Amino acid sequence: MRKRSFFGLSKPSFHYELATGPVTDPVVIPAPETVTLYIKQELKRTSSNLKVGAPVKTGQRLVLNEGDDICAISSVTGTICAIAPFLADYGRAWTAVTIKTEGSDTPDTEFAEAMQAPTLETLNRYLATCPGEPDIGPLMDERNPVHTIVIYGGNADILIDTSLYLFKQSAEAVNAGIEILRKATGIEDIVIVIPEESVQNYSGHLDARMEPVSSQYPYAQPLMVLHQLTGRLPDEKGMASMGVHFIRAEAVAAIGQAFSSGSLPAEKTVAVIDKQGTKHLARARVGTPVGVLLKTFDVQVNDQDKIIFGGPMTGNAIYSEDLPIGPGTDAILVQDKSVIPLYSDYPCINCGDCVRICPANVPVNLLVRFLEAGQYTEGADLYDLYSCIECGLCSYVCVSRIPIYQYIKLAKYEIGRITSAEELNEQ
Amino acid sequence: MNSKKTLIVSHAPFWHDGSGIPERSYHTMIAALPAACVGIAYYGAPALGVISLAMASAILWELLLNYASKRPITVGNGNAALIGLLIAMVLPASAPWWLVLIGTFLAIVIGMQIFGGIGANPFNPVALAIAILMVSYKSHLDFDAALVNFSIDFPSSTNPLAALKAFGPAAVEHLTPVDLFMGRQVGGIGSSCGLALTLGGVYLILRGIIRWEISIAFIAGVFISAMLFNMVDPIHYAPPAFHLLTGYTLIGAFFLATESSSSPVNFIPMLVYGALGGVMTVLIRNIGAYVDGVIFAILLINLINPLVDKIRPKAIGKVA
Repeated sequence: MRKRSFFGLSKPSFHYELATGPVTDPVVIPAPETVTLYIKQELKRTSSNLKVGAPVKTGQRLVLNEGDDICAISSVTGTICAIAPFLADYGRAWTAVTIKTEGSDTPDTEFAEAMQAPTLETLNRYLATCPGEPDIGPLMDERNPVHTIVIYGGNADILIDTSLYLFKQSAEAVNAGIEILRKATGIEDIVIVIPEESVQNYSGHLDARMEPVSSQYPYAQPLMVLHQLTGRLPDEKGMASMGVHFIRAEAVAAIGQAFSSGSLPAEKTVAVIDKQGTKHLARARVGTPVGVLLKTFDVQVNDQDKIIFGGPMTGNAIYSEDLPIGPGTDAILVQDKSVIPLYSDYPCINCGDCVRICPANVPVNLLVRFLEAGQYTEGADLYDLYSCIECGLCSYVCVSRIPIYQYIKLAKYEIGRITSAEELNEQ
Repeated sequence: MNSKKTLIVSHAPFWHDGSGIPERSYHTMIAALPAACVGIAYYGAPALGVISLAMASAILWELLLNYASKRPITVGNGNAALIGLLIAMVLPASAPWWLVLIGTFLAIVIGMQIFGGIGANPFNPVALAIAILMVSYKSHLDFDAALVNFSIDFPSSTNPLAALKAFGPAAVEHLTPVDLFMGRQVGGIGSSCGLALTLGGVYLILRGIIRWEISIAFIAGVFISAMLFNMVDPIHYAPPAFHLLTGYTLIGAFFLATESSSSPVNFIPMLVYGALGGVMTVLIRNIGAYVDGVIFAILLINLINPLVDKIRPKAIGKVA
């Protein structure tokens, strides 16, 4: 963890990883005993196919009901040993399907037939939960046409360079993926966003427009990139109305790989960052429990440590080593309990550190007063809640240790709920 | 999915730069200590007594209020101790015990706790308390009267600002800036030694605890406005260096005007706020009725703080 320097006049600044060092091959994690996959739908009743004891093949679509679009793609061959409701972040109800692996992989053949028609429907049906988790839905939304696809090579957070690694290692797959996306969507304008220092490593190898961004955190955050490209930020209606769609590098590589090999990719690249800060790259099946990965790299986890999916600024802390890595998990960060910073319920003392570090010029000191009082719409109307690009730097420097970033996420979530409820009423 | 290990779960970010309110308070106290030590060296045990009583009583007032209002105990953050120290530094060494108790009561209870504690005070608690004391107990805050029984070996045995007010610049001509800067002048316990205060201020600025914009703008405001007065009429108005090095100017610039919750945070507002404080100080000293204007000037700029802080850069991505 980076501490404040003795001379506090200078602002702390972070830089993204540039993946310029020698490339080490990831450690391939063998298929674990069980994998857990999430179907992002509430468990109500299931079709006859999805029940405990049913055999599944690698690459098979798992759906709650026949004909559902929302599915999970099995990353192993075996039998289903548990189906349980799962409560995800922000109260979303999902279904967790646990598969016990058996013997060697038997590939499912359904996709091999469907890949003859590389349409958006095929992508949505088979690849929406592939590694990298591409969100295909907005591309099919005719009310809000997308004109630019941004392949988001920047890293979601500091310390992580999984995306850049993919550009380096799987340029072919990325190019194939871009080709498929062009064909399926008809969108010509595909942009790859990359930190400016490493543009020369990639330009010419990849078949899309390169957009260099500053390698200083948080200039490669999706919202910051959106602002750089369009000069605007989304309001409470969300990103869909902006005509720009973000896709992760890994998702593009997975799409390319799927269409060139004829089978759905089941492995995902994930960086494991241990307590000393050493980074290990691994390739593991989607759904592998975190504990398996940590054991592979000899990371000791004790009581009151913290395991984080993602990076130190914007990740999510998880509560159990048994939770699986999802298709969107780029990194696993382990923190020792001695270095975990605690938040407090102190009031803001108006020191202004947050205002000076905010890359979006949000008056954080005033905004947080409204958010603490639950006045979310006032915060949005008067104090630029929607200019926040969600980098977390304000909480990082907060002298009172207020969880400002959490307040901001909560406020956006609550306003989003009000807005969608109003839209429902109008219909 | 039950793990035997209990993991800690919290919201991002998972890093923190390690700053905190106690660190801020204690480092501000460290920065203020040299000036307080100079006061103790000049005035001896009475000064030490005032400082100790002020710090102790400030902490006790806050503790009492914490209990009375059934709020978490906040004395550990050092803010009350800091306020006590600053109050002692602007009081004369002869301040009686009851004056100190009233002063810290006004600062902690009236100035801060009834507004909701740290971070919620609209005025600098120290400036508010001293202003009330100055108006209520004139003779105790009048350094000439208060320090009459002290035998001090300074170039002038009267308060330079009071002498200036009464007799004009000619009466203070013999005071050299070096003497004033070294603290060889009649004044508060910790507010007369410019060298020690500047050292403390530079330390706080380098550590990023106070905003340099406010201090520099305050000093510039005092200097420029005093210079203008002096240029127009040198017979009636003292030179700028004199205003800069006497009274509460430097403790105001580095320790009082920069109190975080009553000062602005954006760049231009900080400059406006500081400069206005400096100008008001000189206006009160040169034209107003009071001997020293720093305390009232700081209360005035505290008042305009919410207004000037509305001048801020436009947030990104705003269409309207």
